[in-house]
Amino acid sequence: MSGAGAREAVFPTRQVLGQMKSKLKGAQTGHDLLKRKSEALTKRFREITRRIDEAKRKMGRVMQIAAFSLAEVTYAVGGGNILYQIQESAKQARFRVRTKQENVSGVFLPAFESFTTEGNNDFGLTGLGKGGQQVQRCRETYARAVETLVELASLQTAFVILDEVIKVVNRRVNAIEHVIIPKTENTIKYINSELDELDREEFYRLKKVSNKKERDAAAADVEREAQKKKDDSSDEDNVDEEGRMQTKDLLGDQDNEDVIF
Amino acid sequence: MAAPPSAYKDRQFLAVIGDEDSVTGLLLAGVGHVTDPPDSQRNFLVVDQKTENSTIEAAFDRFTQERKDIAIVLINQHIADKIRHRVDTYTAAFPALLEIPSKDHPYDPEKDSVLKRVRRLFGE
Repeated sequence: MSGAGAREAVFPTRQVLGQMKSKLKGAQTGHDLLKRKSEALTKRFREITRRIDEAKRKMGRVMQIAAFSLAEVTYAVGGGNILYQIQESAKQARFRVRTKQENVSGVFLPAFESFTTEGNNDFGLTGLGKGGQQVQRCRETYARAVETLVELASLQTAFVILDEVIKVVNRRVNAIEHVIIPKTENTIKYINSELDELDREEFYRLKKVSNKKERDAAAADVEREAQKKKDDSSDEDNVDEEGRMQTKDLLGDQDNEDVIF
Repeated sequence: MAAPPSAYKDRQFLAVIGDEDSVTGLLLAGVGHVTDPPDSQRNFLVVDQKTENSTIEAAFDRFTQERKDIAIVLINQHIADKIRHRVDTYTAAFPALLEIPSKDHPYDPEKDSVLKRVRRLFGE
């Protein structure tokens, strides 16, 4: 009955019943759609985690190669001075990233894209004395390594955002499935039972009324019959001395006084 | 839900926290950037034996929270270990935090905060 489970605080009327039914339908459609969205996102999510795993391993190798090329530089230049020199001469980033968006079932996933600005070169004079070739090679190696890192970073960002979005979507799916739909169903059940109750009440009342009417009619009949008999018996008395029968008022409004305007 | 475009539109630099070799290499690739004076800030921090953990944390906070122009923070894994609690609790999408191997410390996937989350999600 209406006591079982939570329901919305509504008046049990037919209009509200209609509203609740359309709400239930909407909730079911939304549930289906969200479920599908969640599945699509999860599929993407798994793909991304797999790629992250691969990219992390690749990064390990790439960074190793890059570190080796840097060791070559220090060896060729001879002395740790070059490292300090490089740190001090860094002024403007040549290697930058920009973000672009990718749409996965309504979720915008930002992806980093690396680009190099032309023109400014902070390390133009680095390794001028000796080891210039090694410095050049090292820069290229590291540029490739950083590209790998940027790729990995965009995967990771997508991972973090997708993780969050999937959580939100799943929470919604569960809320609709376990809270909203049962609640609406309960409300519909409550309204139906309440309306049935009203119907029964109405039917009973009508029956009562018609019974009463019948009884009243029967009583009136009996009375009329008695009246008639009485009238018949007194008709003889109503014959006046001229022998005329006093006519009875046919309209039956002998009690009403005549209205005179 | 997903971050609005304004959260990452202006982010275009990479930041590095690492030992001397890693930082130098990445600087050679051209990621280094010093903002205009008077408050010139570098987007890299060289960590050696003498660097205090508080300095690393301050740099980490600066790169992840204060500066809005950094898209990716690269941090050496052995340095991330020093401030592991900070790295593990960092969950924001921007800037992306990436643990990278260094010359002396080979990459260990077991320690990586993101890979840990991956594994936890798949119940391994």
